Amino acid sequence: MKNENLIKGVLHIADTALILGQRNAAWCAHGPILEQDIAITNITLDLIGQARNFYQYAALLINEADNKNETEDTLAFLRNERDFKNLLICELPNGDWAQTILRQFFFSSFQQLMYQEMIKSSDSQIAAIAAKSIKETNYHVKWSSEWVIRLGDGTDESNQRMKNAIEYLWQYTGEFFIASEYEIIDVAALKNQWLEKVKSIFDEAMLTMPENTFMQTGGKTGVHTEHLGFVLPEMQSLQRNFPGAEW
Amino acid sequence: MNNTKEHIYSILAEVTDPEIPVLTILDLGIVRDVICTQDNEIEIIITPTYSGCPAMDAIAFDIKLKMVEAGFTHVKITYTLSPAWTTDWMTASGKQKLNEYGIAPPINASSRMNKLLFDEDEHIPCPHCGSTHTKLLSEFGSTACKALHQCMDCKEPFDYFKCH
Repeated sequence: MKNENLIKGVLHIADTALILGQRNAAWCAHGPILEQDIAITNITLDLIGQARNFYQYAALLINEADNKNETEDTLAFLRNERDFKNLLICELPNGDWAQTILRQFFFSSFQQLMYQEMIKSSDSQIAAIAAKSIKETNYHVKWSSEWVIRLGDGTDESNQRMKNAIEYLWQYTGEFFIASEYEIIDVAALKNQWLEKVKSIFDEAMLTMPENTFMQTGGKTGVHTEHLGFVLPEMQSLQRNFPGAEW
Repeated sequence: MNNTKEHIYSILAEVTDPEIPVLTILDLGIVRDVICTQDNEIEIIITPTYSGCPAMDAIAFDIKLKMVEAGFTHVKITYTLSPAWTTDWMTASGKQKLNEYGIAPPINASSRMNKLLFDEDEHIPCPHCGSTHTKLLSEFGSTACKALHQCMDCKEPFDYFKCH
């Protein structure tokens, strides 16, 4: 198929943003305080908006290559688990606030580096979406960095919760930098910058960088954790039950 | 039918943002171009403020409605992402209207992005009393484009249309 790798690469980025958006959306009306409830759901809105832009582009490429009638909605709501190419870290349960914060920090710091590279892409639509998205992601990085520091350098309990979150999430960060066959940018080249960023925030947050190096992989090829199988039915139930429904 | 750009822009000047109705879409800088094709189709090119801004669909609908009212039935709305929208494009009169409406307008726009951690974005003038003795409560507010601040003099919280 024409542009097969580009299509997969765009879907991978769209799926990643959508699934994290779907996870974060569950904080709506459950945040620790009102302002932070609004913050995490605003970040959700940005992620879903970014996902929409990438899905629209993927749909255009698929329809051009294959004479189909895909739309952003069919790609988001009518694909199955093995078709989703999102990073595993995005589908994990929210856990407590510390786990949600740390995931956002790990991911947004990576996404910021990714968009910086994508802005240079020779594909003008990829470059345009990245240039638009990074302005939003910059706010996400600032917000989540501050929260990592606030919790890490907070009370004994908040520090312990951050340590627990690191213990659980670290093994899912390696996937950021392990290239798939369809990668749009050279993800491996971003690893050192990302590690430096994380270390600089962890130092301020009284947290130490983990030493374990075992990393989970599979998301990019559609081999997911058991959690995605619960995320999708909830997210897709409306379109599955009432195909083509619109607001 | 008068299909000069000037006339089309005067119609678009009546379309307001559904979430901040004192601002027109021209004040916001989201209309990027108007193209009148030879077969009398009007193409209006708009750009979203934020990727996930839920107002975009409503704005596109309102544009079509206003255009139909003015007699234009062949209207095409095109979305563009590049160059990315910035608060630098907000007009001076838009900023003044925002302030009168109770929302502090963006200051120095894009130069204030990429702030240091824990930068509290102080001295945003309070739209209620004018004091600059104010502080940031949250960088994320009631809509994607706003942050929440509080005035330390009149004590009122207020929205700030944040730099983007």
